[in-house]
Amino acid sequence: MSLETIIIQLAIGLLKSIAIFALTLLGSLPLGLLVAFGRMSKWAPLKRLTLTGNGRFKQSLAGIRPLQILVKLYISLMRGTPLMLQLMVVYFGPYYLFKIPIGQNYRFTAVVIGFVLNYAAYFAEIYRSGIESMPVGQYEAAAVLGYSRPQTFFKIILPQVIKRILPSITNEVITLVKDTSLAFAISYSEMFTMARKISSSQSTLVPFVVAGIFYYLFNLIMAYVMERAEKSLSYFR
Amino acid sequence: MNVLELCNIRKSFGSLAVLRGITVTVGKGEVVAVIGPSGSGKSTLLRCATLLETVDSGEINYLGDYVVRTGPDGQAQYSPPADLKRIRRYFGLVFQNFNLFPHYSVIKNVTDPLIHVHKRGKEEAYAQAQALLAKMGLEDKADSYPYQLSGGQQQRVSIVRALAMKPEVLFFDEPTSALDPELTGEVLKVIRSLTDEHMTMVIVTHEMQFAQHVADKVYFMDEGLVVEQGTPDEVFGRPQEERTRRFLERYSPSAP
Ligand SMILES: Nc1ncnc2c1ncn2[C@@H]1O[C@H](COP(=O)(O)OP(=O)(O)OP(=O)(O)O)[C@@H](O)[C@H]1O
Ligand SMILES: [Mg+2]
Repeated sequence: MSLETIIIQLAIGLLKSIAIFALTLLGSLPLGLLVAFGRMSKWAPLKRLTLTGNGRFKQSLAGIRPLQILVKLYISLMRGTPLMLQLMVVYFGPYYLFKIPIGQNYRFTAVVIGFVLNYAAYFAEIYRSGIESMPVGQYEAAAVLGYSRPQTFFKIILPQVIKRILPSITNEVITLVKDTSLAFAISYSEMFTMARKISSSQSTLVPFVVAGIFYYLFNLIMAYVMERAEKSLSYFR
Repeated sequence: MNVLELCNIRKSFGSLAVLRGITVTVGKGEVVAVIGPSGSGKSTLLRCATLLETVDSGEINYLGDYVVRTGPDGQAQYSPPADLKRIRRYFGLVFQNFNLFPHYSVIKNVTDPLIHVHKRGKEEAYAQAQALLAKMGLEDKADSYPYQLSGGQQQRVSIVRALAMKPEVLFFDEPTSALDPELTGEVLKVIRSLTDEHMTMVIVTHEMQFAQHVADKVYFMDEGLVVEQGTPDEVFGRPQEERTRRFLERYSPSAP
């Protein structure tokens, strides 16, 4: 197989890697914000029930925040187990658990679902750190001026949070470029899976070298894009 | 009719009673100064009046419009959110550390709440903001961002932001305490200029001379109580209470 064919084959794989990358960000950046809200939720439904008593047991029940607990569990599972394993659970899970037959097109969907769920957990913690680092004075100024809660969050808080967390987001974005290769765990034919296939059938390491170069270039571009994004927010402090 | 009435306000943080029955009334066009030692509850009082804190008991009304009143069980009963939203328009608050929105230019800091809270037209809002900025000597700063301004300029912008909303009463919580001494003058001058326009104001301050000059009424607070109140001449000139005298001694220029 000529170098040219290898490059073309891998370029096709690269397009699929880019698709995983783009859809993951598209899904996990908004989902991460929702997860962060859940993580910060103070909703304690048992508070009202237990208002009448004040025993120690009832006191501890009143403090239970079910949504926060659930989201904490989700985040710790996503961050505490290998992404590769999570992909396999998403891909094989429906069949093993519910005997739902695995369709032809499900492989790509499973990759994207797995990546979105995983990255949303990381992004949620980044959002949370950003939101919690905001000075309370910003909320108070907005409240006194009469901004509603959604207005306060989306107009006043979020833009400042985004500026603060952009460096951490850049880290995740760069990791994600490389992480797309984990889709090989369920044999989705993105670039790394392709490189492995070609390499073993042609007994050559060239595909890996080429793939490595592609990943590197991909990341150079992303680093540049993120740098531009950070610059575009440097008009304020 | 009084612009603001705070009646017998009580507020505790846990077991710490910070406000222990405070009554303050502010008439239209009046300038009220609140003075007192650190920790006496001055900020907490302003925060209760501006709905940033809730009171435990007592009553608050703006022009007869009740924020909170005492329910039949003796507990504070707040008006429904729709009422509170309307009542928020009666007042503005100038913070010690400005709290300008750093991602908005000066002019946008002023116009954004006009446009998105008061639903004014863009052109009208910008024209009004420009005029107010010019009056405060900030016309050339309209397109600057807060970090590009001195503390004194930032505080003047935050005063413009509050004024643009046309509040019935404007609260100040130590508006010059975060400023270098050489910058306090320009901010005090701006506040003084507002008294000429008969702006109703409640000013918490450690600037005793300023309070003495601009205030119509002075409240001296200590340990969550109004210890003494009266005209500046009464409170500064012939204080009746020992605690007031001791406090003022610490601030008088002749003190050692
Ligand atoms: N959110 C809070 N939680 C607990 N305690 C608080 C809180 N806010 C204020 N306090 C306490 O209430 C008391 C009064 O505080 P406050 O800020 O009202 O005083 P102040 O008169 O404004 O003082 P200063 O002149 O230093 O600004 C202080 O003992 C303070 O520690
Ligand atoms: Mg204070």
